[in-house]
Amino acid sequence: MSVPLDPWSRLRHATRARIGLGRSGDALPTEALLDFQQAHALARDAVHSAVDFPALTADLAPLTCLHVASQAADRSIYLRRPDLGRRLAADADLPRGDWDAVFVIADGLSASAVMDQAAPTLRACLARLPGWKLAPVVLASQARVALGDDIGERMGARLSVVLIGERPGLSVANSLGIYLTWEPRVGRKDSERNCLSNIHADGLSHEVAAEKLTWLMTEAVRRRLTGVALKENADALPTASRDDRVIVGLCDE
Amino acid sequence: MARYRHRLGTENFVFDDLKAVMASASPRRSGDELAGLAARSDAERIAARRVLSETPLTRFLDDPLIPYETDEVTRLIMDDHDSAAFRPVATMTVGDFRDWLLSYQADVAALARLAPGLTPEMAAAVSKIMRNQDLVAVAAKCRVITAFRTTIGLEGRLSSRLQPNHPTDDPAGIAASILDGLLFGMGDAVIGINPASDSLSACTTLLSMLDEVRRRYDIPAQSCVLAHVTTTLQAIEKGAPVDLVFQSIAGTEAANAGFGVNLAVLKEARDAALSLGRGTVGDNVMYFETGQGSALSADANHGVDQQTVEARAYAVARAFDPLLVNTVVGFIGPEYLYDAKQIIRAGLEDHFCGKLLGLPMGVDVCYTNHAEADQDDMDVLMTLLIVAGVNFLIALPGADDVMLNYQSLSYHDVLGLRHLLDRHPAPEFEAWLDHMGMLDGERRVAPLPPGSPAMLRLLGS
Repeated sequence: MSVPLDPWSRLRHATRARIGLGRSGDALPTEALLDFQQAHALARDAVHSAVDFPALTADLAPLTCLHVASQAADRSIYLRRPDLGRRLAADADLPRGDWDAVFVIADGLSASAVMDQAAPTLRACLARLPGWKLAPVVLASQARVALGDDIGERMGARLSVVLIGERPGLSVANSLGIYLTWEPRVGRKDSERNCLSNIHADGLSHEVAAEKLTWLMTEAVRRRLTGVALKENADALPTASRDDRVIVGLCDE
Repeated sequence: MARYRHRLGTENFVFDDLKAVMASASPRRSGDELAGLAARSDAERIAARRVLSETPLTRFLDDPLIPYETDEVTRLIMDDHDSAAFRPVATMTVGDFRDWLLSYQADVAALARLAPGLTPEMAAAVSKIMRNQDLVAVAAKCRVITAFRTTIGLEGRLSSRLQPNHPTDDPAGIAASILDGLLFGMGDAVIGINPASDSLSACTTLLSMLDEVRRRYDIPAQSCVLAHVTTTLQAIEKGAPVDLVFQSIAGTEAANAGFGVNLAVLKEARDAALSLGRGTVGDNVMYFETGQGSALSADANHGVDQQTVEARAYAVARAFDPLLVNTVVGFIGPEYLYDAKQIIRAGLEDHFCGKLLGLPMGVDVCYTNHAEADQDDMDVLMTLLIVAGVNFLIALPGADDVMLNYQSLSYHDVLGLRHLLDRHPAPEFEAWLDHMGMLDGERRVAPLPPGSPAMLRLLGS
């Protein structure tokens, strides 16, 4: 069955929502049904597949990378027990130092986000941070945002920057988020962080994300804080370095 | 403090207090395990159910799970309790109460009279010793009818919230999703947008747009922008066309504080919306959403299991005569409801408890991509809920919320259920669909050819 005229063509550019799908009786036509299942399959694979950390380490060379894991032993425990994903496993061995910041690359809820976005985003950030004393990059598996508190505290870093795979939606399965925390220590509240989200091909580019992040990092060091106060500051700025409210938000993991 | 015990074979199970009995009696779910409240074994779970079934209903009045002095939701529950309405079941244990609810004596009229005599804890307790089938059967005997521009909850009806969300609140994008939904006969419960931004200006822009769409097509429906209650109050002060006031609520004072609300601000908002007098066939002006796990996620559950705390949110809702209440059952994620089994059970529990307490319950049949669930599971829950007599379901284009990044039901799903199980939209809305030429000879919303008058009128040429 073909429909000669699509009255939705005019409206479709206004939204990514699945409008004008047509009907097979009361149900979805086969094509639309399979499109949905395909998107869901990609999202689930992003959640359940593992980040290839050795490949990521090779990609980031010559940067030094350390690999740690949270207390969540596998994906099933990770999904049920966010508290375990926020604490380092007992065998974690991290060097203490006088670091301005530590970058943490965490798998979070999307392995494909980390594989696709983390290395280029990190490189774009490092290019904008000359003179910073940066700790070795920490690669963290079965990790939640707050694992960066445990990592940052143990390493003695003044700032932790967690690049983490965001919960996949049907339209984007590989979106990266970044969370910034001043003086990370276990027990920090989400309101004490700032976040950048939606870093992917159709969202925030690596370069723009790096520009915004390094501005936030500089401000965090200057004002010795992150969180609500820094967000208000970012909102009040005029244009170039100002971040969209939707994009520079507060942590809401 | 009372101690509760039960002997099972050679093992003796002891529960420190009523909260522990309730939590251990709950069907297994990840949120109670996360909170460290769940039964440690299936044997302990059934022991707790034995204890619970022998517990008198009056115990819940004498021994509040969360102290009266420290929590305004407990004070609301206790102060509003209607002891005359409670009398028919006042001497029953929880187990007796289950038997009575399933009996022929507990008919539509008896359950309606009983509702003000029940506390959320009583509803939660009995639900814990009921199978899914029991939850469906008893809920189907509860009828709760509310009205604004449409009448919702009548027998043989199924209403829907049309949810046209957009990641940047773009009015054209939202309008496109609304028109698509109207062509499926959706929106008779409410056309309700979750705004991406909670700013007053974004909210008033959307309210004006919704009102314009409603008036242009003369749709007998109510609209809502699901902003924070304080934002909606400001919008009312600015003269924006507010039909319904929305708020997310929870079952403890501290969890509500986490949402930035209390009973006083909800009352203020209801009074403000009532003063506008915009309803035509009724004046239920409030819309609430709830969901198991929200109190724990706000660290405000007082050691009470998540299903019982959820039922307490219904006492908050009940105090404000809402048009609509729905649980967003699978939205919160697998750390609270791990898989489809847990989501389906929770959806039926929430619907049952809400209905038993006299609320116009709907359900957002939904899940996230990190939960062990998919659209097949939603098919099961939505069908069960229609059989249970749910007042409304949430529907969106292709079941995909492009703003909140989760999956609910599609317009197709709700329409298909209506036709399959012979449930009609609210009568005022059904008459409008007829007037628009969208009903066929069997009063179905059939597929429209592109050049049909209704299609042309809604979408333009």
